[in-house]
Amino acid sequence: MLMQTAAQDRQKGDELVTLAGAGIRRNGRWLVRGVDLSIHRGEIVTLIGPNGAGKSTTAKMAIGVLRADEGKVDRKASLTIGYVPQKLAIDWTMPLSVRRLMRLTAKLDDASLMAALTDVGIPHLVDAEVRHLSGGEFQRALLARAIARNPDLLVLDEPVQGVDFAGESALYELIRTIRNKTGCGILLISHDLHMVMADTDTVICLNGHVCCRGTPEAVSRSDDYRRLFGNVGAGLAVYSHRHDHTHLPDGRVQHKDGSVTDHCHPDDGHHHEHAGHGHEHHDDDHSHEHQHGDHTHAGGKGHHHA
Amino acid sequence: MNISMAITRMPAARGIIMLDDFFFRALLAGIGLALTTGPLGCFVVWRRMAYFGDTIAHSALLGVALSLLLDINLLVSVFGVAVVVSLLLLVLQKRQALSADALLGILSHSTLAIGLVMVAFMSWVRIDLIAFLFGDILAVTPADIALIWGGGLFVLAALVVLWRPLIASTVSADIAEAEGLKPERARLLFMLLMALVIAIAMKIVGIMLITALLIIPAATARRFSSAPEGMAVLSSLIGVIAVVGGLFGSLTYDTPSGPSIVVAALILFILSLLPGRAKNLADGGTTSGGRS
Repeated sequence: MLMQTAAQDRQKGDELVTLAGAGIRRNGRWLVRGVDLSIHRGEIVTLIGPNGAGKSTTAKMAIGVLRADEGKVDRKASLTIGYVPQKLAIDWTMPLSVRRLMRLTAKLDDASLMAALTDVGIPHLVDAEVRHLSGGEFQRALLARAIARNPDLLVLDEPVQGVDFAGESALYELIRTIRNKTGCGILLISHDLHMVMADTDTVICLNGHVCCRGTPEAVSRSDDYRRLFGNVGAGLAVYSHRHDHTHLPDGRVQHKDGSVTDHCHPDDGHHHEHAGHGHEHHDDDHSHEHQHGDHTHAGGKGHHHA
Repeated sequence: MNISMAITRMPAARGIIMLDDFFFRALLAGIGLALTTGPLGCFVVWRRMAYFGDTIAHSALLGVALSLLLDINLLVSVFGVAVVVSLLLLVLQKRQALSADALLGILSHSTLAIGLVMVAFMSWVRIDLIAFLFGDILAVTPADIALIWGGGLFVLAALVVLWRPLIASTVSADIAEAEGLKPERARLLFMLLMALVIAIAMKIVGIMLITALLIIPAATARRFSSAPEGMAVLSSLIGVIAVVGGLFGSLTYDTPSGPSIVVAALILFILSLLPGRAKNLADGGTTSGGRS
């Protein structure tokens, strides 16, 4: 019972960020739509999905870099955010050492600065110029900068890009340690499901909308995940869920029955299985399979999602 | 005698009588301006806003024309037009119908052309266009000097206050936004500061040469800097050297003062490219003192 109460507390009290039906529209096209997610204190949420699925857009919406065009985004008052963006192009005309980068958005004493750089394994680069760093070193420097802020919410957009395999495990270990030590919430974007498995509390699979979600264990027992795991390294094939629809290059959606609609919003009648048929299940086994099984929508436009 | 004297709009009688006096005033004005354009110019270079600076400068001629037409203060008019053009640019960029540089090209040349056409229509006023286009630093009055130093100190103070958000949003607007530094506001205020400096600087180096004073000292300082703060201070100093060198060159060789200053800045820039004199950038711990 105590356990349950604790779990409920986390459910109710400690939301750092909550998105409800949130979406971003650009040039008449929904980049991502109908996103429900919340990140609690001490929770690691991982977003996965193919390129262009709206992972970065969703993260930016959660931290207020982008304003949601529909739905609601609630952030806890005076939330300290540490953000590692996916891409960062610094004009070489700006002289910038790692030390200066660490103090980009807030003051920081030398001891904390060195401690954060030591945590990510690059204390020796403290006076190096940022533009001379390798991709992996730069990524570590950005991570160090974000964690040195002691954030309530750490948002990491593909934090291990350019980092070699050994370094990758070490960085994930570090992220877990940070969570355990500081109790911050972490929103992680990855297209590498197997590496974040052990530490992630919730995996959310995006493809213009929330395709499926659950604990890593739950997802890993699903057919989808087996396919993912079996295909690691095969690029986009990693994300070959049995989708009931295809996202066309022009942003429209082709459904299994051949019909084409402008988007795949959960409420548009094509995707009742996303919104309704529980992706909230975290413990039980049978419901994790992200199946877009044979069923006819009673209320929708009558399409078959075979 | 100096050629610039010939194109002086309002011959300052005292200045001609006391050569030392007008030259000293020119030095004072130029140094004040260079101190201001140094740090501002660094942001222009870092944020790739050179063309934006040019556009605002060109729009100043429209400001001049409006000032004459409506009989309002020149500085207010030029600043007003610069602000309107900046805001127009922000709005047009949001709509994304055209690329930023095409928009800048349109605004830049059309404001300049409208200004010239308006001036031509106003047959009742006689203005020295050359002085507005290429500056007339030898004609500055004590009031101008007060304005340059007062305005300059204001701009520098504003930059100090805005420093962290400006640097952070230059590195990454997303990080700055996520971590609560309001990069959009910083960008808008920076544009206003640019407009103010260009309004002030127009009289000194002229519409066509203002951007040079923003960019060349900053570009020269780059090689010798290992922190943004150091680069800002250094480009101020380099600008001061260019002003002093340019003015003395103008006096010695009887050349127009504004272009002479730009030529002096260019010579410093070329010297900075010579190999072997820059300190090693990789071991840059020494000049990161400006951090807080």
